[in-house]
Amino acid sequence: MLLKLKGGRVYDPANGVDGEIRDLYVRDGQIASTPAPDERIDREYDLGGRVVMAGAIDMHTHIGGGKMNIARAMLPEDHRADPVARTAITRASCGHAAPGTFATGYRYAEMGYTACFEPAILPVNARQAHLEMGDTPMVDKGGYVMLGSDDFLLRLMAAGEDQKLINDYVAWTLQATHCIGIKVVNPGGISAFKFNQRTMQLDEAHPFYGVTPRDILRVLSRAVHELGVPHPLHVHSSNLGVPGNVDTTLGTIRASEGLPIHLTHIQFHSYGTEGDRKFSSAAARVAEAVNSTPNASCDVGQVLFGQTVTASADSMSQQRNSGFANPPKYVVMDIECDAGCGVVPFKYRDRNFVNALQWAVGLEIFLLVNDPWRVFLTTDHPNGAPFTTYPHLIRLLMDRTFRNERLGLIHPDAQALTTVGSIDREYSLYEIAILTRAAPAKLLGLADLGHLAPGARADITVYRNDPDRERMFSAPEYVFKDGDVVVRDGKVVKVTWGRYHRVQPEYDHGIERRLKDHFDRYQTMRADHMRITPDEMHAFGHGADVVTHPCRR
Amino acid sequence: MPASPVIPEAVSNVACPFCGLVCDDLEVSTAAGRVTVQANGCALALAAFERGNSDGGTGPRIDGVPASLADAAATAARLLLGSRLPVIGGLATDVEGARAAGRLADRLGGVLDHMNSATFLRNTMVLQDSGWIATTLSEVRNRADLLIVAGGDVVSRFPRFFERCIANGDTLFGEGRTCDVIFLGPGVPAGSTIPGIVPTVIPCDVTQLAAAFGLLRALLAGRPVQAESAAGMPLATWRSLVERMKVARYGVMAWAAGDFPFPHAELTVQSLCELVKELNLEGRFSGLPLGGSDGDITADAVHLWQTGFGSRTSFGQGIPENDAYHHSTARLLARGEADVLVWISSLNEARTPPPTSIPTIVLGCTGMAFEREPAVFIPVGTPGLDHAGHLFRTDRVVALPLQQLRPSTLPSVADVLAAIHAALEES
Repeated sequence: MLLKLKGGRVYDPANGVDGEIRDLYVRDGQIASTPAPDERIDREYDLGGRVVMAGAIDMHTHIGGGKMNIARAMLPEDHRADPVARTAITRASCGHAAPGTFATGYRYAEMGYTACFEPAILPVNARQAHLEMGDTPMVDKGGYVMLGSDDFLLRLMAAGEDQKLINDYVAWTLQATHCIGIKVVNPGGISAFKFNQRTMQLDEAHPFYGVTPRDILRVLSRAVHELGVPHPLHVHSSNLGVPGNVDTTLGTIRASEGLPIHLTHIQFHSYGTEGDRKFSSAAARVAEAVNSTPNASCDVGQVLFGQTVTASADSMSQQRNSGFANPPKYVVMDIECDAGCGVVPFKYRDRNFVNALQWAVGLEIFLLVNDPWRVFLTTDHPNGAPFTTYPHLIRLLMDRTFRNERLGLIHPDAQALTTVGSIDREYSLYEIAILTRAAPAKLLGLADLGHLAPGARADITVYRNDPDRERMFSAPEYVFKDGDVVVRDGKVVKVTWGRYHRVQPEYDHGIERRLKDHFDRYQTMRADHMRITPDEMHAFGHGADVVTHPCRR
Repeated sequence: MPASPVIPEAVSNVACPFCGLVCDDLEVSTAAGRVTVQANGCALALAAFERGNSDGGTGPRIDGVPASLADAAATAARLLLGSRLPVIGGLATDVEGARAAGRLADRLGGVLDHMNSATFLRNTMVLQDSGWIATTLSEVRNRADLLIVAGGDVVSRFPRFFERCIANGDTLFGEGRTCDVIFLGPGVPAGSTIPGIVPTVIPCDVTQLAAAFGLLRALLAGRPVQAESAAGMPLATWRSLVERMKVARYGVMAWAAGDFPFPHAELTVQSLCELVKELNLEGRFSGLPLGGSDGDITADAVHLWQTGFGSRTSFGQGIPENDAYHHSTARLLARGEADVLVWISSLNEARTPPPTSIPTIVLGCTGMAFEREPAVFIPVGTPGLDHAGHLFRTDRVVALPLQQLRPSTLPSVADVLAAIHAALEES
């Protein structure tokens, strides 16, 4: 099968293509080079006047796993307001803040996304996360597995064990859980909360193990680097949401000691303590630090106004925030000497000073980080807003007039404290394609995604070039997944199941004896059962292919 | 049909599907196709694995007449195609069976309702209304220095709980660990003991526990209290209990919703959970909801992630509509609203379908005996015995792999539902 996508305006930053009129060819699910003149074209799509990009990649979105299922259980009223009806090809589900897995897949595809990465997979909960992602149709999936408050690692560190052994443990965890990266959340803090500690500073010793968050960041970023895992350590810093946490964030960037580091939902970590209300934007300082630290990248975790639910492994922070729950209900859990979680429904309001300033802080980060290859478009779904708000967010970035109109609607004191109104920058389509396609693929080491050169997967999104960028990005005309049209005019026309992406770094199997002993003595499941088999992965994903990406060593 | 893997004669690290703890350390012998638990089995597990040895031999039946699986599936499909509102009930199955049941309910516009939902919903309603602070089994094993059991005795439903989570001396944080155990209610039955545990029993009236939790919350908050007793126990008892709770380093309050068999027990669960939340303003304390037996947490988890709703969800209007009252199997049968019942029960042959006059399709354990022969009976394998599968543990966190332990020709629930689905599409 040979397809020709004719005459579209192509934005393919990975290959330096900036809005050129080009023909694309698709053969057997991949982008193909220009065929010989005598080859038969099976199907031609005339894309004159259309904008063509690779399928979008969300590199940080909470789409599956225990905390999202708790959020679903907690929010019947939210589901009822957004039912998703079955069709001849799609399943009944629910949408909005904590959507069902079916609706998650359909709606991502309907916005032109073809890959999603779940950023907080607890090792003990990995099987559930993969089951949920397996039931998420349309998109490719992958996950980052969480370490850093697990007693096994903290014990290794407290005993002063060699980095080599820690590397083995990190690699074992990646292999056992089929993940593509390592995440750390409030390093050591989730464990400290189990000892009734309520805050954790970067250089504060853990109440039992004595190690500090800085120590944990150092050993984990070193492990990721030495194992050659493409994605840098994915860091949710200490002190999420706390006024004045900018110092922690800047310290965290420095704690990587020159190794690659990714700071996630950095908006929630860019707060100062200036002004009458002792809450201010420190986005400029954070953006400056990112700009001047080439080994650092960030995603924003933009806040947008409306009802949502916050779901995080950071039990310490979620307990602290539980008083702000709206509606007033929350769940906090300690989990299996492995990690924790907290689920707190939240309603961000433009007339609330704090919420309004959070909105502005996120936009400041977007507009002040110079290198679009090192800042990623996320709302930390659903924590800052549901992922379905992305088209609105893209318009805020691309359309200064629209942005300033919106700025005029927020709490006046927040308006007075933000520089958003004075920043002229408007993102171009090329830059949006970097943020949402090329850069995530590069950061995750996905050689055949996020671009349109021959050999890439034929995951392609075709938009009508509408000056209302929100409308444009809400409903692409076509989405191709592995060469098939799966979305037409913003509606799913074919259901597919995507692929899994993972890395499988090598390690010394001696670590398995220690893990067996640890699990037999202290845990309530066997270490062997932590390991998910390839057969399980295949069955969980409706037969989806599991792709192993190379580590660089 | 399950494949026929080579099954070794001694299998270690077997996960047991017969209660919500899903202990995964059993040692089992499988010589000559006879499955016997050699180590780490509780009385429930020993009996359930042994029961599995005596069944077999029965095949599908249509109106009591032996039939092929294909004919039984085709008859089931015909009944379902003619149905206006089928109920897919029971749902005692593994993840794979729950996925297939969800797909069938979506296709038919039916209702999903688990056999345990009446008890299970006591917890769900609390999650929906106010939430909780909870913990998991390994945290209890390592951290708890105070365990309060509200309502029942735990051991009759979850026999190895104390052995695995409380009586261990060795923890991550040192040896010689001790944990005080307090029962609110009858405690263990007279004459029985729990090895290694000397519990304190506060023999209060379980139906009045909500009042006791209210009193404890008032005492904790330092509010003036006029009551002289609660749940049949004097104020002094509750006063000393709250003092003990306040000094716990890591307190745990466990309950099984099934131990609250009285109207509006969700309010008891809610007052328990609110008390635990308030204990966390100063210290650490966690709830431990115990459930998961008969695959109830498994079915709930699967249907939640697929559609946003767990048990008692109707797809009759093409969207998932959850209603704890309207969509209960018992009510739909009693009111004549349902016209076909699909009953799924693959873990315990004693869990037979409720009495009803409407056509019933049973996917059940082979030894299942019926008061009234169902329209279609399809014997299915038990996950973790006849075929592989997955089951969620009580804590909603750990999903364990179940393995096949004996040669079996019995199809899984997922297999049968797929066959019915295929027959539907052919019609």
